[in-house]
Amino acid sequence: MSQVEANAAQGRGAVSISGSAAGRDQPQTTRTRRTTFYGTLFRNELLTTFRRWRTIALLAVLAAVPILIGIAIKIETSDGGGVGPGGGGGGGPAFISQITNNGLFLVFTALAATLPFFLPMAIGVVAGDAIAGEANAGTLRYLLVAPAGRTRLLLTKYATTMTFCLVATLVVAVSALTVGAVLFPLGDLTTISGTQISFADGLGRALLIALVVAASLTGVAALGLFVSTLTTSGIAAMATTVGLLITIQILDQIPQLHALQPYFFSHYWLSFADLMRDPVYWDELVKNLGLQALYAAVFGSAAWARFTTKDISS
Amino acid sequence: MDQAPATEPDPHPEGEGDNATEGDNATEGDNATEGDGVIHTRALTKRFRGGQLAVDGLDLTVPAGSVFGFLGPNGSGKTTTIRMLMGLIEPTSGSARVLGHPMPRAARTVLPQVGALIEGPALYGFLSGRDNLLRYDAADPTADPRTRRTRVAAALDRVGLAAAAGKKAKAYSLGMKQRLGLAAALLQPRRLLVLDEPTNGLDPQGMREIRSLVRELASDGTTVFLSSHLLDEIEQVCTHAAVMAQGRLLTQGPVADLAAGARGRLVVTTPDTGDAARVLKEQGASDVVITEDRVTAEPPDRELADVNATLVAAGVRVRGFGIERASLEDAFVALTGEGFDVAG
Repeated sequence: MSQVEANAAQGRGAVSISGSAAGRDQPQTTRTRRTTFYGTLFRNELLTTFRRWRTIALLAVLAAVPILIGIAIKIETSDGGGVGPGGGGGGGPAFISQITNNGLFLVFTALAATLPFFLPMAIGVVAGDAIAGEANAGTLRYLLVAPAGRTRLLLTKYATTMTFCLVATLVVAVSALTVGAVLFPLGDLTTISGTQISFADGLGRALLIALVVAASLTGVAALGLFVSTLTTSGIAAMATTVGLLITIQILDQIPQLHALQPYFFSHYWLSFADLMRDPVYWDELVKNLGLQALYAAVFGSAAWARFTTKDISS
Repeated sequence: MDQAPATEPDPHPEGEGDNATEGDNATEGDNATEGDGVIHTRALTKRFRGGQLAVDGLDLTVPAGSVFGFLGPNGSGKTTTIRMLMGLIEPTSGSARVLGHPMPRAARTVLPQVGALIEGPALYGFLSGRDNLLRYDAADPTADPRTRRTRVAAALDRVGLAAAAGKKAKAYSLGMKQRLGLAAALLQPRRLLVLDEPTNGLDPQGMREIRSLVRELASDGTTVFLSSHLLDEIEQVCTHAAVMAQGRLLTQGPVADLAAGARGRLVVTTPDTGDAARVLKEQGASDVVITEDRVTAEPPDRELADVNATLVAAGVRVRGFGIERASLEDAFVALTGEGFDVAG
């Protein structure tokens, strides 16, 4: 029995060896502050996302939309006539008939034209790829053993997607403002309510509208991120998100579903036009932002619940 | 056959079979937090949703400072085990401790001290090799951003990729990707390195470099957990090994002990193979096999010098005579029943 105890003691001897090995290594106290805890990964994530060829291509497409609208209107009105068949602005996105008078309206038109499809599609691609793309490439397992931390990685991904929403919206707005300034006159503008506001005031409202449009996309971003945690195929996640987007847009047009429609994330999207009223009509704007927050909370929680308990076998 | 817990590998190889067993069990009983090795699992089990039992009641102990070879045929559950140890997969039952802490619960404490290469490298093709490492390092919240570039450069240098650091990773060859994956595991000083098939895709020169890198790291005190299907690789670099098959641990222990488990064979080199085989059989050797100018057999239970003398007296011209120590491969084949049927 003494032999047994001797061996046991030797076993404990091994403990002290491993303990001293611990002491020799990088001290454990180099835990960084909270800001860098999220900051470094977020910065790197942004850098990585915006260096992807796909991200650049999406932004290029978004930048091209106002250019196409601007040129089309310029050509159509070059004979001196108005926009549209009746010349009265019956068709096309909001504000389109006013662009020839004031280039700033191209910003509103371009946002109204890209918000139903181009912008959310771009967000769907980025959000859908966020986790699934990493899983597909196998890089997810290395991020997690780094260890990025599952909650931290998910928050970083969501923050990056939100940043992309903002950048994408601003790309549309800036491109539209540039094209509008080049092709059309700028100046004081008339609100939907018929009052006159200065160009500076109009520019401020344009920026506010861009921010509201970006915020309108938070629901899609959360939905896309949730879908992204369900699969290991980036393509499948992107396709599902964009497919859901199209389905919702179609359902939102079916009158029989009007009881459900206030809960569709896209239902109040075009309420941003109310910012061009004088005074501003806040009712639907607030409903829109509330709905986006609800989607972000529901699908954000679902994504978190799924991702933090998922077996990573890719 | 030694069952799994029977041979907890110990740092004192003179500890013989049974006594060591009892001693180690005592250690496990009163001190379960540390001293059970750098990796310690108890009844670790993973059943996938489809009902497939990937890992079945694994009791694995990796002693500190060892180079631990993790062997097993494809689909034996090695990678699932590694993923559970790294907190990527939640065990169905049982427990795993890494560096004295439970996984996956203590992942944030444990993983910064662990470098891992799991199922081959995974890289961002559109980023350069250097930017790939910067990204993985940024993912580690304990990594100091101020020393990041220096550490990345050092890791690239250590695996011989310094010259290709600026190249896009998609232009890398398989061997270069493997090296970059290793570099990611070496971004910080680690207490444990988990390397899954680290020499995959490397040329012989690269394999030699990785082996010497592993030895170098081990001599610095890093414990290396190495899975490989290349037995001679394990035999060359590992101090300890474990063998898995069909989700179960067949054996574990110091490599020398494992190989000794399979008996060595008597080898006689001679041009007169026929006569030699006949004489050996008369002397009580069994399982006599003739291959070209070699006759091998299970050695008889008598003084081998006498056997040699008898051979020579019978007119057999002996060029070489001796016992060939069993290789790990023999032990592996004996354990898993894989490979050639060697019965004569």
